[in-house]
Amino acid sequence: MSLAKAIETGDLTQLPSRRDEDWRWTDLRGLLRELPKRGASTGVPTEGPFAALGGDVWLYVDGRKPANDAAVAALASEDVIQLRFVATAGGAANASQGLLVEPGANVVLLESYEAPADQAVTSVELKIYVAEGASLERIVIVDDRAESVTVSQADVTLAPGASYAQTILTTGARRQRIETRVAHPGEGATVRLDGAYLLREQRHADLTTTVTHSGLDGQTSELTKGVVHDQARGVFQGRIVVEKGADQTDARMGHHALILSDKAEVDAKPELLIFADDVQCAHGNTVGALDENALFYARQRGIPLEEARALLTTAFVGEVVDRIQHEGAREVAAAWVAKQLGQAQ
Amino acid sequence: MTMLSINNLHASVGDKPILKGLTLDVPAGEVHAIMGPNGAGKSTLSYVLTGRDGYEVTDGSATLDGVDLLGQAPEARAARGLYLSFQYPLEIPGVPALTFIRTAVNAQRKARGEAEISAPEFLKKARATAAALKIDFDMLKRALNVGFSGGEKKRMEIFQMAMLEPRFLILDETDSGLDIDALRIVSEGVNAMRSPDRAMLVITHYQRLLDYIKPDRVHVMSAGRIVASGGPELAHELEKDGYDKYVRAAA
Ligand SMILES: Nc1ncnc2c1ncn2[C@@H]1O[C@H](COP(=O)(O)OP(=O)(O)OP(=O)(O)O)[C@@H](O)[C@H]1O
Ligand SMILES: [Mg+2]
Repeated sequence: MSLAKAIETGDLTQLPSRRDEDWRWTDLRGLLRELPKRGASTGVPTEGPFAALGGDVWLYVDGRKPANDAAVAALASEDVIQLRFVATAGGAANASQGLLVEPGANVVLLESYEAPADQAVTSVELKIYVAEGASLERIVIVDDRAESVTVSQADVTLAPGASYAQTILTTGARRQRIETRVAHPGEGATVRLDGAYLLREQRHADLTTTVTHSGLDGQTSELTKGVVHDQARGVFQGRIVVEKGADQTDARMGHHALILSDKAEVDAKPELLIFADDVQCAHGNTVGALDENALFYARQRGIPLEEARALLTTAFVGEVVDRIQHEGAREVAAAWVAKQLGQAQ
Repeated sequence: MTMLSINNLHASVGDKPILKGLTLDVPAGEVHAIMGPNGAGKSTLSYVLTGRDGYEVTDGSATLDGVDLLGQAPEARAARGLYLSFQYPLEIPGVPALTFIRTAVNAQRKARGEAEISAPEFLKKARATAAALKIDFDMLKRALNVGFSGGEKKRMEIFQMAMLEPRFLILDETDSGLDIDALRIVSEGVNAMRSPDRAMLVITHYQRLLDYIKPDRVHVMSAGRIVASGGPELAHELEKDGYDKYVRAAA
């Protein structure tokens, strides 16, 4: 049951619905009565959000794979690669890609979802394998339209000693789910899973993660932040499973959201399922308003209300941005966040 | 000329009347001190003048340079030169002190139709000001007030004031939490701002601050009103005799 299946078969009963526990806040079956028809192509924007950072660019236009690209691409050495998923013609499209980060390689994956087309239903499935001693840092910017429906699912498998880090930044869509599932072997492997959703109007975004620790000595650190305006709705589901025998696991998860209007909503479900001994696991979850006292303080100094809000919310999300290791990507992310939150740089 | 003029000011917090007919004039070039028992409404006055939400003016008026203050947004009052050194400064997580202050300086300049301050000019002024106030410049790169000690926060209030160059200063218990050396340094910073076209309202519980920042007038506030006014000698008298007779008179 998935959006990809539904697009592939045209059978909408394959769509996840609110009756599926993990999809209860991101109902697709109730939303999509039919799949949109393909329209005329709007063309591909010449530059994606990471254009300035170089590296190979792989373009997935309306689900079509780049020419001569293997189902599983091997990435070696010190690569920067860019994956651009672009919806240009509306309609429904599937894309999938496998990525293998070879032993000892250090790769930066810059991934963007771009939607020049008004109404598109997009499913992207990634299978990522990070080999022994290799590292992958994945930075994702999801820049959908208000009418887009997007589901992106990444299955990440780590070898011992591998490290995986990701940061997802999104402004949401009509309905949107960005999901990451990590098979964590312990054995010195480390995982950082971060995200930020910045939502306005009636947009929706769902950041869902599952990390399954199956071996000794694994480390996971998660930080997600949300800023939700108007009637928008943010969803965070974070599950960390520590299997029997995965002792000495160190796993931490934080989700913190600011709700900036009475009609905005945040649904959060942090879950720690621990079946091992001697673990260090913790989660923190807060949903609140912007600090009125801090706002007044800023205004007393002469900073107008809207600018004060932008300053404080940008700083709030800044903690997520600051955890991005790759300097260029961090700068792009910081500028993107500031722009979404209405702060001039 | 009268710079700040408050007339028969009444204000409530929630439904509770706190200011009950407060009248006070502060001419340009002068420093006035306000003393009074805990709960008299001193901080309330500072918030009403600067426009904090939740402080409702029910009667009376307040003008700066003859123009109404109370109908304006807090940021507009600030751009006109009104500055409050908070009794309890707020923490601004994630925003470096320098960024915050530069944003404020430029916002005020923009509101007044002036050009932005250039980055080098801002930094130069920040360095000189920090040195004068014995503030470690690295501290200005940290998130404003987050994890700062009580005294450091008070020093930062004066630093911001020196950077913003306001025309009317309200200091709400700026001396509380300061060590002996810091009290002197901060007072020097405040005195450096005295000028014929500035004025100040200094709220304090202790005569000692007034040895450093010499007031032209001292007012006693009790139960939301000014109940006595006098010269600097009034502060000495209060130090000796306490507020008893004023509290009783106000009751
Ligand atoms: N938000 C509020 N809700 C209810 N009462 C309030 C509120 N804020 C202040 N007050 C009350 O208003 C009165 C005046 O408080 P204010 O802080 O202005 O006193 P103050 O003169 O500054 O005292 P201090 O010398 O202790 O600083 C106090 O009785 C206080 O409890
Ligand atoms: Mg007070």
